[in-house]
Amino acid sequence: MNGILKLAYKLLVNDKAKFTALLVGITFAVFLMIQMLAMFAGVLNRASATVFNLGASMWIMDPAVQTVANTIGMPDYVLDAARSIQGVSYAVPVYSGGALVKLSDGTYQSVTVVGLDDTSLFGRPQLLQGKIEDIYGENGFIVIKDPEFPKLGNPSVGTEFQLNDHRGVIVGIGTVTSSGLFGVPTLYTTYNRALQYIPNPRFTISYVLVEPKSPADVSNIKREVQALGYMALTKDEFVSKITSFYEFQTGIGMNILIMTIMSFVVGLSISGQTFYTFVLENLEKFGALKAMGTKSRELIVMILFQASFTALTGYGLGIGLCALMITLARLRLPDYAAIITYWNLGLAFVMVVIIAGISSYFGVRKVLRIEPFDIFRG
Amino acid sequence: MPEPAIQATSVVKWFGEGEAKTQALRDVSIDAYFGEMLYIVGPSGSGKTTLLSVLSGILRPDGGSVTVEGADIWKLSSDKLADFRLHKIGFVFQDYHLFPRLTTAENVAIPLILKRKDWGEAIVEATKYLEIVGLKNRADLPPVKLSGGEQQRVAIARAIVGQPDILIMDEPTASLDGDTGHAIVSFVKQNVLNDKRCILIVTHDSRIYELATRILKMEDGRLTAIEKGGSA
Repeated sequence: MNGILKLAYKLLVNDKAKFTALLVGITFAVFLMIQMLAMFAGVLNRASATVFNLGASMWIMDPAVQTVANTIGMPDYVLDAARSIQGVSYAVPVYSGGALVKLSDGTYQSVTVVGLDDTSLFGRPQLLQGKIEDIYGENGFIVIKDPEFPKLGNPSVGTEFQLNDHRGVIVGIGTVTSSGLFGVPTLYTTYNRALQYIPNPRFTISYVLVEPKSPADVSNIKREVQALGYMALTKDEFVSKITSFYEFQTGIGMNILIMTIMSFVVGLSISGQTFYTFVLENLEKFGALKAMGTKSRELIVMILFQASFTALTGYGLGIGLCALMITLARLRLPDYAAIITYWNLGLAFVMVVIIAGISSYFGVRKVLRIEPFDIFRG
Repeated sequence: MPEPAIQATSVVKWFGEGEAKTQALRDVSIDAYFGEMLYIVGPSGSGKTTLLSVLSGILRPDGGSVTVEGADIWKLSSDKLADFRLHKIGFVFQDYHLFPRLTTAENVAIPLILKRKDWGEAIVEATKYLEIVGLKNRADLPPVKLSGGEQQRVAIARAIVGQPDILIMDEPTASLDGDTGHAIVSFVKQNVLNDKRCILIVTHDSRIYELATRILKMEDGRLTAIEKGGSA
């Protein structure tokens, strides 16, 4: 069978014009599909950045919360109640909100402020510079070194700024797993300082972060929290809720889906038509092979191999092109959100397999119908 | 009397349906023997290509039987029939049907590759046959770089590389000038025909009749005459 596959390979790649057209079609289809999916994956990943970065196992929130950024303040008793639930190892408050800082050059910059539990500093970032205990010092803030960091004028330890006419000082520079979605720098401080610096409504706890004693306690914690009129979600459930919101309630998901389907259709059209033309142009040759004693299943194997080889090569090139584009984009736009995930690659692979399958289906039908006698008849 | 390579008995073939139904072969019976170069001649539409296709296991007849080396080929399964064509028959098509994207040697090697021979060994073997037809120096060229006569010789090399017992040639001189056509068929007779091989040629070209062992004349789907050729 190797010889037949090599024959199929040579018939395919030696027809350089057709092979190039096939590759370009599939490569661009894969590129567009993965690019769309990567952008969406990037948006979803960034949208859940705070959930990943704080790393709590369970989150207690108001039931109306849709995304981690749209917090609804909860009264302090929720924290006390959470701590008293059986199966809770510990529970801490966290503040998350937007603010405007005035930089030393007089300009203003929007920031996200995360206020960590004063006692435990649960969810603190990994520090690159400075000491974590300095966050307790007067006006202490830790700035996150992410693509938004330069918007604060590339601060260093000791840099001062103003937040609602309060003096703030950078006491550390940290890093987190994932950058946020909204293109603003992130400052970490203590929960109480965040409340002190930022004007707040009556209820101030954005979330209560909970660590259950064991996975078996999760359901009981959820039930108890629900009885209070609030909602407890595991980390994965919260990420899923945020993802669902962006997928189905913002239009982003539908637009990405439409673009992905269009890319698939374009790829299928170009590749299918080109491959079918390739088979048609070689139809007499396939007929001659049949006359010489090639079995129908061997011809099917040849065509499937040609379609699969083209599809997989185009798939690889499409992924490479997408990775290159994302890399180049990040040189200019460090905050470019697109990420290629295994899920994206898998979905694009399935689509490419469908393109190869449909393209080869029509070719196989045509080749199976050709009669060797037609070759003699001319 | 030499052993018959092919025995066709009362072969009947129809084409079309209803009012358009026409009979292409009418009760044709022939024997073809090893060691002979048998021509099937006749005007266009006389059924000679249909007969050639039925005899070579390409077109199933509607009646009669075709026995090749003692086996009724039309009782074989489609896979066995394909194997029969691969191992017993060599084809030289009228338009050659060489693959333009392969080299000459790769074209000649195709029957060996279909027989699962290693690619490298098949190319070596094919090059030997190109040497036989005088085209060894063209082994790495694509067929489109060759003249019509050279392409015909490549097609012959491809047909015989698998050492078939029966060689089928469809209008081998149709695309060639008179001298080249005559030279090609003479070459086949001298270098390819032997007492273990039978060659069937469909042709209109009376200039090569002198090379035939026997000539079967067909008209309107019937065998009208069997004549001895110039070399009989």
